[in-house]
Amino acid sequence: MANNQTARYNMREFLASTGANLLEDGKSVFVGTGLPMIAGMLAQKTHAPNLLIIFEAGGVGPILPELPISVGQALTCYRGIAATSMHDVMSSCQAGFIDYGFLGGAQVDKYGNINTTCIGDHALPKARLPGSGGANDIASFAHKTIIIIGGQSKRTFVNKVDFLTTPGYLSGPGAREKAGLPSKTGPYRVITQLAVYGFDEKTSGMKLISLHPGITIEEVRDNSSFDILIPDKYAVSLEPTDRDLEILRKDIDPTGMLIGK
Amino acid sequence: MEVLHEGLGELVGWHDPDENREFVLHNKSRALKDKTMTASEAVASFVKNGDFIASGGFGHIRVSMNIIYEIIRQHKRNLTMAGKTAVHDLDLLVGNGCVNKVEVAYSFGHEVRGLSPAGRRMVESGKCKVIGEISNAGYQWRFLAGMMGLPFIPSRNLLGTDTGKYSSCKVVTDPFSGKPINLIPAAYPDVAFIHVHRCDIYGNCQIDGIMVEDFELARCARKLIITTEEIIDNEIIRREPWRTNIPFYVVDAVIEQPYGSHPCEMHGKYFFDEEHIAEWLSLSKTDEGVRQYSDKYIFGVKDFDEYLEACGGLKKIAFLQKREAMRVPLVTPWRK
Repeated sequence: MANNQTARYNMREFLASTGANLLEDGKSVFVGTGLPMIAGMLAQKTHAPNLLIIFEAGGVGPILPELPISVGQALTCYRGIAATSMHDVMSSCQAGFIDYGFLGGAQVDKYGNINTTCIGDHALPKARLPGSGGANDIASFAHKTIIIIGGQSKRTFVNKVDFLTTPGYLSGPGAREKAGLPSKTGPYRVITQLAVYGFDEKTSGMKLISLHPGITIEEVRDNSSFDILIPDKYAVSLEPTDRDLEILRKDIDPTGMLIGK
Repeated sequence: MEVLHEGLGELVGWHDPDENREFVLHNKSRALKDKTMTASEAVASFVKNGDFIASGGFGHIRVSMNIIYEIIRQHKRNLTMAGKTAVHDLDLLVGNGCVNKVEVAYSFGHEVRGLSPAGRRMVESGKCKVIGEISNAGYQWRFLAGMMGLPFIPSRNLLGTDTGKYSSCKVVTDPFSGKPINLIPAAYPDVAFIHVHRCDIYGNCQIDGIMVEDFELARCARKLIITTEEIIDNEIIRREPWRTNIPFYVVDAVIEQPYGSHPCEMHGKYFFDEEHIAEWLSLSKTDEGVRQYSDKYIFGVKDFDEYLEACGGLKKIAFLQKREAMRVPLVTPWRK
């Protein structure tokens, strides 16, 4: 958040509540490790009590009592509707049962392609990252994919990802279908500490949807290596409510392991 | 069928389906026989240098850690590991020089705990090679094709990405829809090890909670070592046969090891030992630290029971049981 913000909330709390606001009741969401899990939990505890949360290792429809450390631990089916397998949930995802995929990433380009594999050369990388995990699958199959990038900068918003781990719109309009990916899928929103972005229908390029309070267009532009489409009309992002913050701090992440103290 | 793209990744663990049927015919017994043995005997008999290995569970969930420690204790070398969300197990094996090749879906990270110092150091210095990339569903479906006795399984992931390009998959034109479709090659690991809640002496297993990929992995592995929290009577299996997740005829060894997933979680029984994982994450920042860890917890003890004592024994176990039941708060000692 901008420096002039009061200290009512921190950046990660803001990202979590912004993510939660995008999720609808009565829909399904496939959540990855970290902030996506928190956003899903917050949505479930506020406006979307019947949000169907699905974890890649086989946890289906839990009512989460505390924040899981892993997308495979027992909590991921706590008071759930099924404890099943990766084959089952990934097949359902491929067959079209998942509305939202919710992912993090290290680098993203203007088409929403994500890198979580390596920085530098693949054979002898400068930094080796964990790889796809379930991200390639989720972004291939979910009807809409939401991406959280906590630190938008020229280093994370890049012209070309070092490694295209997870598909956005690939090289542009029509490229997903041409590659054989399920039709009418792709990235839907990108959430960063500065703004929320969507994708232009004609060019498939990233465009501004809402600026966070106190953030300027210049800051958005200065923190991206590619040109972000700025439409004439854009909104100001909603701030977390006091209730959101109380739930995040007391119920979801009391140790502050992800949202910080 | 026209091949549109061919992945650059090394194809590991693939066999012609007829060749694998021959292997099954001659090596997987359908006789009901007692397969109980020690971890040391199982690793000595079934894990060979150069093997392609796969570990059950998921990340730090329900992992056969007593077999992992035994592989290190027996100095196995040049192993290739399925990085099918392999985390703590892989990190220990890579850090100790047992595994030097990995096919990666998710590796070298500990989810919210951070990245793996040991695994990353070995990859970034070239001592451990990433021989291919794939996704979690992709790996899962390698095992599915294997258990079905098929050469490959079609899928709609990995398409258009570098993950697909660096995998061992091929993209062809689907003769039905006319669209490009990804073909994921079958995997038949030389040996897999899976930790379960309970099984009988023959290897009929019950797993509580999510199966992750173990239904498929158990059935495609050429050799399967089962470690179990407890051995139960065959009559209990027969009373509720719908609870059998893994049948005896795919199992080669049964080892009873209570708390055998430590420091990983066991659904409904015990939580992650966050203090122990934090100790590894801290020590594994240097090669010297890896040696210190292994001297203390692997080479300095004769077996897994002694290891559990070194980790805090009954007192620690009682705490992890309470934590799994959410009766005590979470501790996160790995936080910076």
